[in-house]
Amino acid sequence: MAEFNVNINGKDFDIDADPTTPLLWVLRDHLKLVGTKYGCGIAQCGACTVHFNGAAVRSCQLPISAAAGAKITTIEGLSEHGDHPVQQAWLEVDVPQCGYCQAGQIMSASALLNQNPSPSDEEIENAMSGNICRCGTYVRIKEAIKKAANTQLS
Amino acid sequence: MNKVKTGIGRRSFIKNVAVAGGGLIIGFNWLACQRAAEEGSEEMAMQMPDEWFELNGYLKVGDNGVVTIYSPNPEIGQNVKTSMPMIVAEELDVDWNNVIVEQAPLNTDIFTRQLAGGSQSIRQGWQSLRTAGATARQMLLTAAASEMDVPVSELSVEKGIIKHAGSDKSVSYGEIAKAAAKLEVPQEVELKNKADFKIIGTSRRNVDAKKIVTGQPLFGLDTYRDGMLTAMVVQPPAFGMVLKSLDAEAAKDMPGITDVFTISTYPEDMEKEWSDVAAFNNLVVVVGESTWQVMQARKKLNIEWDLNAELTKEIEILEKSAGMEDATGLESTEIHTRLLTEVGPRKAEVVRKDGDPEKAFKNAAKVIERSYTCPFLAHNCMEPMNFFADVRKDKAELFGPIQTPEFAENSISKRLGLAPEQIDIQMSRMGGGFGRRLYGHFLIEAAVISQKMGKPVKLVYTREDDMTNGVYRPAYHAQYRAALDANNNLVAFHVKAGGIPESPLFANRFPAGAIDNYLAESWTVDSNITFGAFRAPRSNFIAGAENSFLDELAEEMGKDPIQFRLDMLKRAETNPVGEENDYDPSRYAGVLKLVRDEASWEKEQSPVSRGVSAYYCHNTYVAQVLDMSLKNNQPIIEKVTCAVDCGIVVNPDAAKNMVEGGTIDGIGHALYSEMTFEDGVPLKSNFHNYRLIRHQEAPKKIDTHFVKNGIDPTGLGEPPFPPVQGALANALYKATGRRFYNQPFIKELQNEVPTELKT
Ligand code: FES
Ligand code: FES
Repeated sequence: MAEFNVNINGKDFDIDADPTTPLLWVLRDHLKLVGTKYGCGIAQCGACTVHFNGAAVRSCQLPISAAAGAKITTIEGLSEHGDHPVQQAWLEVDVPQCGYCQAGQIMSASALLNQNPSPSDEEIENAMSGNICRCGTYVRIKEAIKKAANTQLS
Repeated sequence: MNKVKTGIGRRSFIKNVAVAGGGLIIGFNWLACQRAAEEGSEEMAMQMPDEWFELNGYLKVGDNGVVTIYSPNPEIGQNVKTSMPMIVAEELDVDWNNVIVEQAPLNTDIFTRQLAGGSQSIRQGWQSLRTAGATARQMLLTAAASEMDVPVSELSVEKGIIKHAGSDKSVSYGEIAKAAAKLEVPQEVELKNKADFKIIGTSRRNVDAKKIVTGQPLFGLDTYRDGMLTAMVVQPPAFGMVLKSLDAEAAKDMPGITDVFTISTYPEDMEKEWSDVAAFNNLVVVVGESTWQVMQARKKLNIEWDLNAELTKEIEILEKSAGMEDATGLESTEIHTRLLTEVGPRKAEVVRKDGDPEKAFKNAAKVIERSYTCPFLAHNCMEPMNFFADVRKDKAELFGPIQTPEFAENSISKRLGLAPEQIDIQMSRMGGGFGRRLYGHFLIEAAVISQKMGKPVKLVYTREDDMTNGVYRPAYHAQYRAALDANNNLVAFHVKAGGIPESPLFANRFPAGAIDNYLAESWTVDSNITFGAFRAPRSNFIAGAENSFLDELAEEMGKDPIQFRLDMLKRAETNPVGEENDYDPSRYAGVLKLVRDEASWEKEQSPVSRGVSAYYCHNTYVAQVLDMSLKNNQPIIEKVTCAVDCGIVVNPDAAKNMVEGGTIDGIGHALYSEMTFEDGVPLKSNFHNYRLIRHQEAPKKIDTHFVKNGIDPTGLGEPPFPPVQGALANALYKATGRRFYNQPFIKELQNEVPTELKT
């Protein structure tokens, strides 16, 4: 056990945990921030995606020791009122089916748009192919990302 | 007149109001905020009522006109939590913006068939949902009439406001709800004319969407309670093995670990429900404070496993009888292939025979014969299996993802020795179901563990536990034969299909009924590997096989594949063979014609390659045209056009979402996914070696069209999944010049010898 100071959604937390504990389980078990999902635990599905200093990372593969000192954003902190352009586009397109993968999809999508405000179809496909949606909402995910890109640009 | 008996008594109310408590307020606030934001005005945000009045078990009306509608069935992503309440709201004549939706608890006094399966929620709920809304509406009208002192017949309702025709009197549902709640429930009510529907047939957003996109707790795995412990099970590494010995000392010493022990999920003398399927009955359990700690402790267990001779013996005999010298009773994909292609078909039994197929085949000018296979599949719901249980001496509370809560309650009752009244099962939103969560062994496991610990426990499966736990889609094989006469007319048709351990055959489906000489044979081969319903069970293979064969047949006969099917359907409609045919030829033809028109089938499409397919299952008709190209030997799916006849479409945009999802899922599984085995061990354990379709492999576009016929609605969770596999195979043929017979197709496409043919 050791103590780590982590900045999550703009707030500092002192976390007492084994240094190998993945950020995913710190978020869920310690902080009850359950929007970040467990899907595979081996960086293959994207359900656990969070922002690490603005970039999309898989929190299941990020030990708490490596998260200390960084600025972490989870789905709960993406916007104050759930009105980030990507979240709004997701609502407008009514993307989710079961919904389980969607927080991870939104975190990957918002990181993509931060980096590349008007991605091409191919760029969207490349950036989003690490996020599995078992329900098959890919067509809508792409539509929502384009919609969000348009809103952000205008 | 459209009068129906209500069958609703006064006792049919949700007694457990506490259930709605916490969730209700959260749900309400989110919806209110969302709508206020949409309307651009804070005043639009609804206020919570001071008092609720229950008019029947499906709904309650607040004194300010806000209505809570309970969605009875489990939500696995098929969106019934939005569409079922829409049906109630329609007959109630309430403003959808004033509706709050709550997941109903399991309550068989009020609700029938609280189950997610067979695409039946809407079809089987249709009448009772409408009746519930209409009954409440009538009570509100009756109360209003007596308050206004006018006849009910002079009243009308719009969006929850009751108006009197002959005066300017009006009253809102909120104002009259208290009086209405005191009335007797009417024995008979009138349902609306379908032409008057205002909510049904209009697109309404997923009622949980805001919570989903903001990461609020919704799923079973999101459950955290005070004093709750986390539990994981360790199962044998292979089908056909059992626990021999356990040394848990090192694991128990790990930080955060509370206990390690073994459980038996289903004692031998317990009478099981059909849903009590579990490959591994004796499990090692690790309980601790947090997920990561339990995961670490599991690695420190020293466990010995043993052959389960009782299980393996019979399989070994089966294998040896098939001439497999090296049989051990621990199954492998290689052995499965021999069972599927050689042993199984020899055991086939006739299940339907029309005319004289033997003679027709003997006299045929030409016989075409083709065989198709598919592998075992794991369901791989994105949210792995889990359940929360808090079992005390005289009561059990369970919360989590389960498609069959009613059956689970019976099992829990027997397993724990509690009466059903002492058991409270609540359904969380589910991160996918696909049939996997019909089988609630994990719920029993959670309950047994909680009982043993005397504490609330959340049981969590890792992805690996989930994927290697069985309850798979079986491996299937189908052999088709067609006899043509000298003029290239189809004179006989023969299908022989089976699987490990169930057969995919539906003997009375198309093309049965369209051919004079028809023979259907079925067989099965036993296995230690447990199987279960997987999205569109059996259809999920046979539809693709049949549609591939029909395509090849049409080509052989020089016919257009759509026209070929339409000709056969015409025959089945005008002069059907046999009486047991379980499809409506005109609706079948309807979706084929619609897809032909919408996809401009008759126009030349180069450079894309296209394939067509159509199927009927779960009461719904679907036809699909798939357009693709190849880039570096990788299929690029440009577009899929879908034509669907599910009768009335309750929530069109959400229905399209389901069709898109089923289509992508069908393509993905046929093209990429498989579970393989060696020595009884499932060889795929996570998404690094189990391939699921990803974003860049999905169709670029999916175009969905519904047949408009006003027929009572049927389901959509399953029907779009099976046929697209045939459309894909037929398009692959056009793109490559090669036919594809063995799933997953990617192996043959990329020139790898499929496992099925390696022997
Ligand atoms: S849970 Fe982290 S990528 Fe799947
Ligand atoms: S919406 Fe179910 S996994 Fe994506």
